[in-house]
Amino acid sequence: MDGFAHQIIAGIATGGIYASVALALVMIYQATHHVNFAQGEMATLSTFIAWSMVEAGFPYWVAFAATVMLSFLIGVLVERLLMRPVQNAPVLTHVGVFIGLLLIVGNMTGWIFGYTTKVYPSPFTSSGPLMGGLISAHELGSTAVTLVVLTLVFLFFRYTSLGLAMRAAAYNPRSARLVGIRVGWMLALGWGLAAAIGAVAGMMVAPVVFLDPSMMTGILLYAFAGALIGGIDNPLGAVIGGFAVGVLENLAGAYVVGTELKLTVALAIIIGVLVVRPSGLLGRVVTSRV
Amino acid sequence: MLLEVKGMQAGYGQTHVLHGLDFVVEEGGVTALLGANGAGKTTTLRAICGMVKTEGDVTFLGERITGRATEDIARRGLAHVPDGRGTFMELSVEENFRLGAYVRRDGEVKSDFERMFEWFPRLKQRWRQQAGTLSGGEQQMLAIARALLLRPRLLLLDEPSFGLAPLIVQEIFGIMRRIREESGVGILLVEQNANLALELADRAYLLETGRIVVSGPAAEIREDEAVRRSYLGY
Repeated sequence: MDGFAHQIIAGIATGGIYASVALALVMIYQATHHVNFAQGEMATLSTFIAWSMVEAGFPYWVAFAATVMLSFLIGVLVERLLMRPVQNAPVLTHVGVFIGLLLIVGNMTGWIFGYTTKVYPSPFTSSGPLMGGLISAHELGSTAVTLVVLTLVFLFFRYTSLGLAMRAAAYNPRSARLVGIRVGWMLALGWGLAAAIGAVAGMMVAPVVFLDPSMMTGILLYAFAGALIGGIDNPLGAVIGGFAVGVLENLAGAYVVGTELKLTVALAIIIGVLVVRPSGLLGRVVTSRV
Repeated sequence: MLLEVKGMQAGYGQTHVLHGLDFVVEEGGVTALLGANGAGKTTTLRAICGMVKTEGDVTFLGERITGRATEDIARRGLAHVPDGRGTFMELSVEENFRLGAYVRRDGEVKSDFERMFEWFPRLKQRWRQQAGTLSGGEQQMLAIARALLLRPRLLLLDEPSFGLAPLIVQEIFGIMRRIREESGVGILLVEQNANLALELADRAYLLETGRIVVSGPAAEIREDEAVRRSYLGY
């Protein structure tokens, strides 16, 4: 029974990571109607930046804060320099840019930092087992960090006028311009936020999966599955979906398919959702008359 | 002069819709832009606020705004209620209000909210409701309120009567009469329902296939049998 409870708690901890990345995916999706395949690679690059700062002797939380800000800037720059010129281009162009970004960021990370697996420190340590060994200090700490980030993002979008303007720009760019919102900058801010959230997720998961240039590849798949379960256009749904996938994946890995086949669970979820309920649990069903 | 348009041309891709328009909108009061379907009324409004590719000179408050970004034109005090209303359907009435006043930094936003409630009491009852669930008339009211919250000098209105029941249209035009009297905003009104528009308007222009064919005081145009028969069809 303890084993089962532990699997669920561990699932929630990794689910938090998926939830963060899923939220990042949804934020870009809402603004551009495409999934940013490079979200994982961008997060990995951020984590490497944090790693090199920690290696250089900066305190953990200083490196953490600096990385989040730097990642935000990188996200803004990617939108301004790469997405801006193709904003009115057809879908395939966007897909091409996303794949290009994925390859470039991924390989650049490997080229700069090397392909050997690195150990990334966790800021959360404890002298003894927590809650009778049910949960590790890192699981508890990273879940807390994830929840804080998700809450902040929620409060930002719900209660600040900048957050409201970003939502308006995503829902209805034409009307947003008519009330004077600089839609282009709202999209860039969205990319920055998504990159910053991804960076936090990367730094929280790195102590568990170890740091290497392909660290986020599998995680992006789980996050995508989570986003689809919740509804790709619904931020809250994506977060819930991310947690659900984390728990499902862990339980399936422990009791059903074994750890080797865990990733298949994500793929099965993706296909299952697309077949049974393409709009996800909380997604909007878009109908249009022809 | 609030708005001065000279030799304005605009269109979509290879299709030219406007072939050199000249007209002015004076401060305060209502100027009506009339014409049949496809005459270019909607395109004229879009061209003024930079939503389509435009040539010629559009001068707003003494400043040339042709080719400027829509958001910059809006920030100068030019509000537009486009066809399809341009409300944020996914957001609440309250959030639509807040967005309407998004660029304003003065402290009078709250008192302007109260003013909108006076003009559109129905919106107060719907305050927390999602805009997409409002009735057509309420959505049109919300669209006008949202535009007025910018505190514009000029308000462009694209067919506020479109798709609404006659009773609701009467109500909205009644409110617009109040707005004309109680606020100093100039209104450029595009309308298919010429009779209704000419009752409200001070001046009017008649548009036919991208050209202005008649202009003058609204009262005169309303009385002119020939114009009414050949262009307005009543």
